[in-house]
Amino acid sequence: MTQSRREFVKLTGVFAVMASAGLISTKEAFAQQQAWNKAAFEAKSLDETVKALGGPAATQSADISITAPDIAENGAVVPVAVTSKIPNTQNVYILVEKNPNSLAAGFAIPAGTDANVSTRIKMGQTSNVHAVVKADNKFYVATKEVKVTLGGCGG
Amino acid sequence: MADPMRIRATEQPDGVDVRVLMSHEMETGQRRDSAGKIVPAHYISNVTVSHNGKQVLSAEWGPAVAKNPYLQFKFKGGKKGDKLTVTWVDNKGDTRTDEATIG
Repeated sequence: MTQSRREFVKLTGVFAVMASAGLISTKEAFAQQQAWNKAAFEAKSLDETVKALGGPAATQSADISITAPDIAENGAVVPVAVTSKIPNTQNVYILVEKNPNSLAAGFAIPAGTDANVSTRIKMGQTSNVHAVVKADNKFYVATKEVKVTLGGCGG
Repeated sequence: MADPMRIRATEQPDGVDVRVLMSHEMETGQRRDSAGKIVPAHYISNVTVSHNGKQVLSAEWGPAVAKNPYLQFKFKGGKKGDKLTVTWVDNKGDTRTDEATIG
């Protein structure tokens, strides 16, 4: 925690200088500061996303379970929970195959926190939902189809 | 500044159950307004949850997280009366931090 805070403070300083010098826009500076994985969030498919996250490919695993409705009436709010029984789970990612960008959310799970997160996502249309788990630097995936009767991305 | 988050943290036999409801538009950047212009993306990109200064969860979110995001998870090592801090930052640089007591 101390270390990351120190880095954060240092980075903030560097980017503040760069931003004030007009080298980069504040928005960009901000994005870099926060270590938001832009490549992963811009990837369009499961394979691309896993590559952007730093893995060669994800293997199917029965130890990951996705809790989501079979049919979601409203694609704007789809509750999704992911539970991983794989030991040393480091990260959990939720992907929606047919959304404009696959990756919806990523969670970093430190030791002591259960590899079980729930959130709510948007889905444009009926699609497979993938849960990707990174454990011991290997990637695993489980998939569940969610049917959407009303899309959440068109508006 | 956005509205406060609603945080509920309860001690249970197998850990502390944390539920957070944030108030945020989560605009995708895909939608068009009535004039046909794209509504610019505006979403929470990073969330961190800390317990006594130790990070217990961090998240990176894209615009595909639903409006007014909800988050639930469990961690071990917390007890009643401890402080829990939740911070989010969105892609426009807005940020909000709220604190809750584990009950």
